[in-house]
Amino acid sequence: MKRYIGKGVYGAIAIGKVYIFKRNDVGVKCIHIEDIEKEKARIEAAKAASISQLQEIYEKALKEVGEAEAQIFEIHTMLLEDEDYNESITTIIEEQKVNAEYAVSLTESNFAQMFAAMDDAYMQARAADIKDISSRIIRNLQGENVQVHCSDEKMIICADDLAPSETVSLDKDKVLAFITAHGSSNSHTAILARNMNIPAIIGVGEAFLNEIQEQQEVIVDGFTGEIIVNPDEPTRTTFIKKQQEDEQKKQLLQELKGKENTTLDGTKINIYANIGSVEDVESVLLNDAGGIGLFRSEFLYLENEDYPTEAQQFEAYKRVIEGMAGKKVIIRTLDIGADKQVDYFELKKEENPALGYRAIRICLTRPEIFKTQLRALYRASVYGNLGIMFPMITSVVELERILEICNQVKVELESEGISYAKNIEIGIMIETPAAAIISDRLAPMVDFFSVGTNDLTQYTLACDRQNPDIESFCDPHHEAILRLIEMSAKNAHQHGAWIGICGELAADTSLTETFLRMGIDELSVSPAFVLTVRHAVRKLDLRKKK
Amino acid sequence: MKTFNYTITDQVGIHARPAGTLAKKAKEFESTITLEKAGKSVNVTKIMAVMGMGIKCGDTVTITVEGADEEVAAATIEEFFKANL
Repeated sequence: MKRYIGKGVYGAIAIGKVYIFKRNDVGVKCIHIEDIEKEKARIEAAKAASISQLQEIYEKALKEVGEAEAQIFEIHTMLLEDEDYNESITTIIEEQKVNAEYAVSLTESNFAQMFAAMDDAYMQARAADIKDISSRIIRNLQGENVQVHCSDEKMIICADDLAPSETVSLDKDKVLAFITAHGSSNSHTAILARNMNIPAIIGVGEAFLNEIQEQQEVIVDGFTGEIIVNPDEPTRTTFIKKQQEDEQKKQLLQELKGKENTTLDGTKINIYANIGSVEDVESVLLNDAGGIGLFRSEFLYLENEDYPTEAQQFEAYKRVIEGMAGKKVIIRTLDIGADKQVDYFELKKEENPALGYRAIRICLTRPEIFKTQLRALYRASVYGNLGIMFPMITSVVELERILEICNQVKVELESEGISYAKNIEIGIMIETPAAAIISDRLAPMVDFFSVGTNDLTQYTLACDRQNPDIESFCDPHHEAILRLIEMSAKNAHQHGAWIGICGELAADTSLTETFLRMGIDELSVSPAFVLTVRHAVRKLDLRKKK
Repeated sequence: MKTFNYTITDQVGIHARPAGTLAKKAKEFESTITLEKAGKSVNVTKIMAVMGMGIKCGDTVTITVEGADEEVAAATIEEFFKANL
C-alpha cells in the first residue's frame, strides 16, 4: 500500500484498475524539403482534418459538459485559424525550407512561450491550448489517430497531462477517474472533469507515474486529493463505505435539488447553511441551501498574525455576500475567548473560559475592534442581503450598547459618504439561559433570534461540553432546552421577529417536527446536512397528532 | 473612423473565451477593428495577439473601428465589451 497526494478537482471516490495513457510521441524531426507548395498543401489538409475533428469534439462536449465549457473547442478552432499562427507556419516552411511538422512545432513553441511568460496564471495555462492544437495538426500530418483507447473494463486513466480535447474524447462510460502528474486547477481539463463529474486528481508529480504499473488497483479520493496504490483490505472497506455514502448523498441531491422545504400540510421553513470560511460558499450553493444562517467570522482573526484590517474583512464579507447572489447571509461578529486563543489579543488564562471574557464581552470593552468589524460589514452590505448577528447576549443593556455602536458606525459612514444597505437585519444569538428568559424584552429590539444550541445546552445544564466524562449528562434533548427554545420562539413572533436555530440541534432530524410545531422559521446546518433536513421536512405532516 | 475607450471589469481580463467571441463578432463586419493598450495595437480578429496583450481587469483600452460599416460595427462591439468584459 502506498499513498500519493495531488490536488482533487472533483469530489468523488473511485476504486479500480490503472490504465496508463501514453501518447505516441514520435517526436518531430527537422527535414529539409524542396517542394514548398507540397508542404503547404499538407498543412492545409492537416488543418482541415483538425478542424473537423474539433467540430466532433465540440459536439460531444456540448452534450456531455454543456455549452459554456464546450466553447473552448470553438476557441481551439479559432486559434487554429489565427492569422499570425498560420503566417508563422508558412513563413518557416518558405524561408527555412523545412517540413510542415517542424514548422508547426517551432510555431507552437514560440506562441506557447509567449503565454507561458505572461505574469498571469490564467494566461500561462493557455500555453496548453496552443500545444493541444499544434500536436493535433502534427498528428494529422503524421497520419495518426488521436483517440484515447481504453479496454472494455472501467479504468482509472493515468497520464502525465491530458489535453482538453483528450479529456473530452475519453469514453465517459469507461472512465472511473483520472490522475495526471501535471496540470493546474485553472486548466480546462480540470474544469471539464468537474463538469463531467469524473473524480480527478491533478499535479501528483512525476514519481507517481514512474512507479505506477498497468492494472494495479488504486483508490482515488477526489475530496482530499489522495491516491492509494494497492490498498489493504481495511482501507478498501473504508473507502467503499465512503463511496457509497457519497453516491447516496449525490442521489439525494439530484432528487431534492431545487425543491422547497415544505411539509405535506404546506408548512414552510428556511434551511440555511453554517460556514466558517469564504471558500465554503461553494458547498453551500452545491447543497442548495437557501442562504447562510451563520457565517463564523472568527477565521479572519484566527488565521491572522495581527488584528485583521477593515479592508481585509470587507473583502472577505463581500466575497461571501456576492457569492450568495442576493440570498440571505448572516454574519456573526467576533466570537473568540480563552477557548479559541488568538495570541495578539493577549487574553489572560482563565479558570472557566466558557464563562469568561469572550465574544461580545470583548467587543464591548474594546470597541475599536468591534467598530472595525462593523464598518467592514456595513460597507459589504451593498453587495447583497446581509444580516448581522451578535453572540453571547445576556442582557438588555448589552444590546442597547451594541445598537448604539451600530448607529455610531452608520453616522460615521454617512459623513464619509460611504454607502451601506438600509435593509440589514440585526439579530442576536440565544445561547444563554438569560437571553431566552428575557427574550420578550430582547425581541422588540431586533429583527431575528438565532438559537445556539451547543452553548445553550452547556449553560442550561451546567455541563462542560469539552469534558467527555459528563457526556451522558449533557443531553441537548433535555426538556429545559426545548422549553427555552419554545419560549424564545413565542416571544420572537409576538414582537414581529423571526427565529432560527444554528446549533448542532438544527440538523437533528428527530427534532425537526418539534421545531416546526414551535414555529421555528429557519434551521441553519452544515452544508452537508441541508438536504438531509429538507428530506425530513418534506416527509412530515403536521396535521397528524403527535 | 469611430473610437471609444473601455475599462475592463471582468475579473480575469480579456481571456480566451471573450477573445474568441470578440474575434468572431469582429469578422461579421467589413470594418477593421483594432484594440490599443499602452501604445500597442492589434487587430481584434487575431485572437492570439489579443490574448498576448495580457489585458487585465482595470485596464483601459481604446477601440478603433474604420470602414464602410463602422457605425454599426462600433455600436455592436461597444455593446459586446459592456456585456462581456
